[in-house]
Amino acid sequence: MDFFNEAHVEAAKDLLYKMADDQLIIGHRNSEWTGLGPILEEDIAFSSMAQDKLGQSEHLYNLLHELGEADADTVAFTRNANQFHSCHFVEYPIGEYDFSLMRHFLFDMAEAIRFEMLVNSSYENLAMIARKFKGEIKYHTMHANTWVKQLAQGNEESKARMQSALNECWPLALGIFEPGKHEDVLKEAGIFEGEEALQAQWLQEVTKLLTDCGLVIPENVTPSYGGRKCEHTDHLQPLLDEMTEVYAIDPSADW
Amino acid sequence: MIKSLDPRIDRAKINHDPIDPLKELDQFPTFEVFHQTKRGQQHVHVGIVHAPNADMALLYAKEQYARRGETSNLWVVPSSEVTATHYFDDDIFETTPEKIHRDPATYKVMDRIKAYKERNKTKV
Repeated sequence: MDFFNEAHVEAAKDLLYKMADDQLIIGHRNSEWTGLGPILEEDIAFSSMAQDKLGQSEHLYNLLHELGEADADTVAFTRNANQFHSCHFVEYPIGEYDFSLMRHFLFDMAEAIRFEMLVNSSYENLAMIARKFKGEIKYHTMHANTWVKQLAQGNEESKARMQSALNECWPLALGIFEPGKHEDVLKEAGIFEGEEALQAQWLQEVTKLLTDCGLVIPENVTPSYGGRKCEHTDHLQPLLDEMTEVYAIDPSADW
Repeated sequence: MIKSLDPRIDRAKINHDPIDPLKELDQFPTFEVFHQTKRGQQHVHVGIVHAPNADMALLYAKEQYARRGETSNLWVVPSSEVTATHYFDDDIFETTPEKIHRDPATYKVMDRIKAYKERNKTKV
């Protein structure tokens, strides 16, 4: 498409910010398991995927840079919590491994569907990124699905823990789909089909997998909204302080 | 509780002594991993992964052995399914290195190759 009128640019920026911030924050959170994973193989796989997410966020920040925002490092490492568009889900502490796995499952499924939709975006540079990361994200969902199926059908303890992780995650996961200000513009310009369509497809896919292995989807849940408007829980700022500690020592250092 | 300079370790609130030797059955069984670089080529044994079942073993094989370079396919096989020779029988291999007539590289073909090249040169 002929990019863009002003409204399109604003809408695209908003979409890119929430995607990139989600990836950066969950990537950092998941990397907190490095060295502490349940077994060596899982430690390596989970760390590797966390690294993938940081790489994906960098690509999205680079698109923002093309649209006139500051460069990727500056955007990633110099903002405060009240400038982040990520959902609350990604900023929650890693908790026990059951919570981290359930989050990995619910978040990555949404991410996979979002990128799948974006493959056909009229915003060609974003569509290219969506195509580029297709395989990477497919592995992430394979990993998540296999683990969740395994534990949800394991012994009594593993079933109970997966159910309670699901209950804890559900309102946070619904917060991923908090509608933005620009939904109509994104749809009309063919950039993105919108959060509502994404949520509907996500709900269908996760419900099928979870109920097939005996878990119960929580009902009457209030989604944890606010993240997309840069309103966050108390968990985000300490994460940012820790993540940017080294960068802040010398922002001009070349790595 | 383990105290560390790394804030992640403190947050993990690790109570047990991590240098305790692992108890028996604390580990998943192993799977042998075979890696294929290109379609049609042989799968080559590259190592093992620990995993509770074959599906999980494939997930881990991908990250342990297909992180870099080119990969077209992976196999995992339970290590318990492998039948091996005994090391006390390794005398069956003892004289093999002497049977150099079985090694194509030891045939003296260079003379003939040189002669062939020589002939071609004069023709040109």
